[in-house]
Amino acid sequence: MLFFASLILAANAKGWSKILGMKWVMKYPAGWRLPLKSHITNGMEWLVEEASFGLFTFKEFTRGIAYLLELPLDFATAIFSTGFRSGLGNEAVQVLPPISWIAVIIIVFAIGHFARAMKLTPAKMSLAIFAMLCFLYLAVFGQWESSMITLSSIVIAVPMGVIGGVLIGTCGYRWPKFEKAISPLLDLMQTMPIFAYLVPILFLFGFGPVAAMIATVIYAMPPMVRITIMALKNVPSEIVDFGYMAGCTRRQLMWKVLVPSAAPGLMVGVNQVIMLSLNMVIIASMIGAGGLGYDVLTSLRRLDIGGGLEAGVAIVVLAIALDRLSQAFAEQNDMALVHHHAQKPFLKRHQWSLISGAAILFFGIGGYVVDAFQIYPESWEVTTASFWEASVKYLNVNFYDQFEALKTALLTTFMIPVKRFLLGLPWPWVCVMLALIGWQLGGWRLSLLCVVLSLFIVVTGQWQKAMITVYLCSISVVIAGLIGVPLGILAAEKPTANRIIQGAIDTLQTLPSFVYLIPVVMLFRVGDFAAMIAVVLYALAPAVRYTIHGLRQIDPSLIEAGIVSGCTKRQLLWKVKLPIAVPEILLGMNQTVMLAISMLVITALVGTRDLGQEVYIALTKADTGRGLIAGLSIAFIAIIADRLINAGAKKLRQRHH
Amino acid sequence: MPSQSVKLSCKNIWKVFGGNAEKIMNETNSENLDETLKEQGCVVGVRQANIEIYEGEIFVIMGLSGSGKSTLVRLLSRLIEPTAGEIIFDGKNLLDATEEEMIEIRRHKMGMVFQHFALLPHLTVLGNVAFPLEVQGVSKVEREKQARQVIELVGLKGRENYYPSELSGGQQQRVGIARSLAVEPELWFLDEPFSALDPLIRREMQDEFLRLQNVLHKTITFITHDFDEAIRLADRIAIMKDGRVVQIGTAEELVLNPADAYVEEFTSHVSKAKVLTVGSVMAAPLNANDVAGHVSVKDLIADVAVKVEAADKPLAVLDANGEVVGSLSRDKVISVLVAGEGYAGD
Repeated sequence: MLFFASLILAANAKGWSKILGMKWVMKYPAGWRLPLKSHITNGMEWLVEEASFGLFTFKEFTRGIAYLLELPLDFATAIFSTGFRSGLGNEAVQVLPPISWIAVIIIVFAIGHFARAMKLTPAKMSLAIFAMLCFLYLAVFGQWESSMITLSSIVIAVPMGVIGGVLIGTCGYRWPKFEKAISPLLDLMQTMPIFAYLVPILFLFGFGPVAAMIATVIYAMPPMVRITIMALKNVPSEIVDFGYMAGCTRRQLMWKVLVPSAAPGLMVGVNQVIMLSLNMVIIASMIGAGGLGYDVLTSLRRLDIGGGLEAGVAIVVLAIALDRLSQAFAEQNDMALVHHHAQKPFLKRHQWSLISGAAILFFGIGGYVVDAFQIYPESWEVTTASFWEASVKYLNVNFYDQFEALKTALLTTFMIPVKRFLLGLPWPWVCVMLALIGWQLGGWRLSLLCVVLSLFIVVTGQWQKAMITVYLCSISVVIAGLIGVPLGILAAEKPTANRIIQGAIDTLQTLPSFVYLIPVVMLFRVGDFAAMIAVVLYALAPAVRYTIHGLRQIDPSLIEAGIVSGCTKRQLLWKVKLPIAVPEILLGMNQTVMLAISMLVITALVGTRDLGQEVYIALTKADTGRGLIAGLSIAFIAIIADRLINAGAKKLRQRHH
Repeated sequence: MPSQSVKLSCKNIWKVFGGNAEKIMNETNSENLDETLKEQGCVVGVRQANIEIYEGEIFVIMGLSGSGKSTLVRLLSRLIEPTAGEIIFDGKNLLDATEEEMIEIRRHKMGMVFQHFALLPHLTVLGNVAFPLEVQGVSKVEREKQARQVIELVGLKGRENYYPSELSGGQQQRVGIARSLAVEPELWFLDEPFSALDPLIRREMQDEFLRLQNVLHKTITFITHDFDEAIRLADRIAIMKDGRVVQIGTAEELVLNPADAYVEEFTSHVSKAKVLTVGSVMAAPLNANDVAGHVSVKDLIADVAVKVEAADKPLAVLDANGEVVGSLSRDKVISVLVAGEGYAGD
């Protein structure tokens, strides 16, 4: 009923408000706005220009940190990419060359071998070979230089993120109050679009690889904190009791008992940090990171489809290689196999580190004689750029009408009406509706949260743009759900389909979000539709995953009960399995919403008019206040959606039990 | 034989879970305490427990799940803080000890074995057993030497370099036992140590445990939910129900004089012959001519049954000094073996 009331209201509210002289209902008057934006911008300026600790200014302080962080980063870059130099500028002389590309590939092979050597699986070598091929790809397709710059920043950012995350996580475990204090902060950091905090970082740390690395660490650390707290809490209480009974001090208990016992869980977090750091590569290049991200960004700006795609695929290849390697380490939590390994004689145990060392020396020295040892020869490089250009051209020439028809059909029958509906709603009505839903699902606290957060968006004057964000997000989520849930059902029911779908989903998830933009822009050009397609692709994975999981975890005896009652397969699915899996599927949709919102900001590059665009403009204008306010608004939309869906899923679950 | 000096005791100990339990306990008088606690949403884990554990005895705390036995053992080792009452260890109130003092006491005087072993997955058998010494700061050479000795004592020699995941459940618990003994504790807590094991292995481990105790003479607090296990191992048994210690006594006392219906229900399923001693069922002494041999007052009926059956006359019953104090006839033994009921208290 409320929904129909909203429908009627949306259609007519504008006219009515004119008649009644209540224009403010539709458009929040500019005079009522809180000037938060300029406050923040001014505050930031004060911080950078004037704030001082007495002996040194705030700016000097942050630049000092940047300088300290630059040291390890420079070191890593020297090892992988530039070599060690002495002297300045153009007169610099290379003292030591970077590691030869052949040696890097051999080291990667060795690591792959090591990660699996502990596993007694028949496919021992497959991972090593796979990782090696990935790196070989980088060399063959001429992405080596850029890849190594990217790799050197990852190599520094990941340990920083992991160590920082574990430290904060252990504090959170030890002091529950601290955990309570950081928990909303973590929520905010995970939902706030990265663009929004690029500007303050830019101010504080300057433009360059260090600022980019700091942004990467900030982005990749929150999950590590969460996973650390969770892994520590999952340590069996008996082990904690044992620690006390053995007479551990608190410090011994943490570092000798809890953290080692939680190690397998922590490795999952390391994997997450690696993936998120790679996800950040392109965005980080906006504030000065070089490497593959920079290549993608510049190609995207020049609409150089081939070049962008090649660099984008290189990121993916790097991501997949690192993902598989770190996953292999995470899986080998069985210490027993390490033990068998440790019993072998020294030479056998260390054969691969010895071979790696020898390779570095041999190809390093050999590089002075044979250039091909040091740098992959350009004449051997293969480029596919022209192929991609040609195929896009072919698709556009031959299928232009079809793409256009699809686009128009979806736009006119679905997207535009929804947009009209949402934009037609008066803001007080939406706030009241949110309050009501919140109250229904989770009581007055949730209701209050919804109202406060949505009012923030209103009073900072973001309403129109926020509604466009909501519109793009909801359309994408609906479509992602319509595609994802059936795929999940199919995968859960049929093993062969499962293998294909899981494989596809895994790949989709390792792609950095920017990469989705490239083919979409090529085929559909800029606009809401292109943005929607990119968001759907990016946000599809959790919908599928959670559906599969929801269906798989059903108690087998319930399914047997269904079969015994004489259900057909169809009835079994619709009357037994799906209803039980609904809460799980809802959680999957929640993840989809979160991913969709985070992707929306990136689609600002292809010309949407929502909050994401606002953040992006703020970034190009270096306007801290504008960026943060728009970023917070996006985060608040995400939080409202998250809390409401979670409360709904919880309610459903309670009904089941 | 257990001496009678008290090693560990607790007086009027309470554990109430929930917000301001301590305040409620202090402010409410005993009559409506229960109701008040319930109103405030508190859950009582242990209710006014009084226990005395003698030096060198095996004291078994027995109860079904949720009876509060695990809570009680964690109170005795001060893994959790009691809401009220005191715990006296070697004449001193354990609750007065500071955090540092507690660490010292645990490092040198207490050992504990856990139901699910609680082995550290990243350490070898040797590393696990040496761990309590490691946290004390004992040198690597010294602690490994000591650890090897205890590992040998529990029969795991040769497996020092295995990881817990490579061992069977029984072997893992042997590691747990070795680890708890590595610091040569005076007080040994075992929290359902054999419950997670298969019945056959459980029996073997019980024998092993008795063998160890014969050598070591520790003061032992043993938790179990299995009355048969309690009978096999215990010098004395405390039975718990709903957080309350219902009765404390030897197995025989529990069978002969159950404090209430709950204890009676428990003991009624037990084979009486394995619990009752000759002394509890014997008749008046007979002439030397009318007996065919002798048994001791302290023997269990089950252990002498075959001997009595084989004899054509009753047997004389001797006390510890060899004096004749009674006689045991075939009929008595048969009635204990067959029914047992009705013999209690005879």
